[in-house]
Amino acid sequence: MEREPHINLGNNFPGIRGLMAFREDTAAPMGELANILLRDSIGLTPAERELIGTYVSNLNDCFYCDQSHGEIACIYLDGNRELVDQVRTDYEHADISDKLKSLLNLAGKVQQSGKAVTKSDIAYAKLNGASDRDIHDTVLIAAAFCMFNRYVDGLSARVPADLSSYPLRARQIVETGYGNHILHTKQPGT
Amino acid sequence: MAHIKVEVGVPGIRSLVMFRPETGKPLYELAQVLLRGPSTLSPAERELIAAYVSFRNNCGFCMNSHAAAARCLYGDEKSIVDDVLADMQQSGVSPKIKALLNIAGKVQVLGKEVHEEDIALARKYAATDREIHDTVLIAAAFSMFNRYVDGLASWTPDDPAAYAEMGQRMADKGYVIPKP
Repeated sequence: MEREPHINLGNNFPGIRGLMAFREDTAAPMGELANILLRDSIGLTPAERELIGTYVSNLNDCFYCDQSHGEIACIYLDGNRELVDQVRTDYEHADISDKLKSLLNLAGKVQQSGKAVTKSDIAYAKLNGASDRDIHDTVLIAAAFCMFNRYVDGLSARVPADLSSYPLRARQIVETGYGNHILHTKQPGT
Repeated sequence: MAHIKVEVGVPGIRSLVMFRPETGKPLYELAQVLLRGPSTLSPAERELIAAYVSFRNNCGFCMNSHAAAARCLYGDEKSIVDDVLADMQQSGVSPKIKALLNIAGKVQVLGKEVHEEDIALARKYAATDREIHDTVLIAAAFSMFNRYVDGLASWTPDDPAAYAEMGQRMADKGYVIPKP
């Protein structure tokens, strides 16, 4: 059975969309943050950024965010869902750069706690070519997903059971970006 | 020393938002609307939730600065802040705020730790849907801010006077992004 939200959201939107529509003034800066962090292509590609978001959501056991961002990454990766799955389960053996592996290691530490990040985690990333900006963005992406995941699950946001709806919403995000505008269009797949 | 090259002598999140102002802007806007925007929870109560979550995340910079802001905003009742940080369940804070702090503590662990009975307890003490929403989002946001500040090892001053000054500024002016 699909779970019900802990509060009356006054809408039937899926996942974080239902929470964003409940309070648009807090949603606006979160959407802006997601756009800047996840759609930037300096240092890290949007695909790499979404893979970090997917990986952290998977560690946080947040099915909605894990699926949603995995599908967005999949679009950027020309449909390579196997790669997305491998990053979730065993990134060390995935066909990704050593730099991205070192940043996923860093993101995994941030998921536990900021204090879990050690000097050697940072040195490992730098050794593999990560810049200060790449390290900054990785830590902030991982930290931001620790917020988004808790927001979604902490209020028991709706999780669509129909897996075929996730690629449709992912396509909308890839084409139009994050932000409150997605609350004012027809929800893909409905 | 911070893990990345940030301005020396600038503490905590301020040094990080000066490093990358593009992400700093929505981060400060989120803090401002969540902690000072329209809400039936007072700014003091919201700062208390922020300090409590930061305390549980062992983030000294955020805990000390938001506790200082909460003390300023509580005024004559400022001892509530230290009572909550010492032992939330035994503190003299109202049953409603206690129930909301309980939810915040669950969110700090993981979203899925919030159960129906936690929500029911908050409702029993007349917490509204909006107050529950805001509590969950404050706790979630500080699960981000704490990781950002400590994950990059930004500077955490040791001097309590530095936090008293920060708390006063946060109470008076709210969240205004520092210029790089």
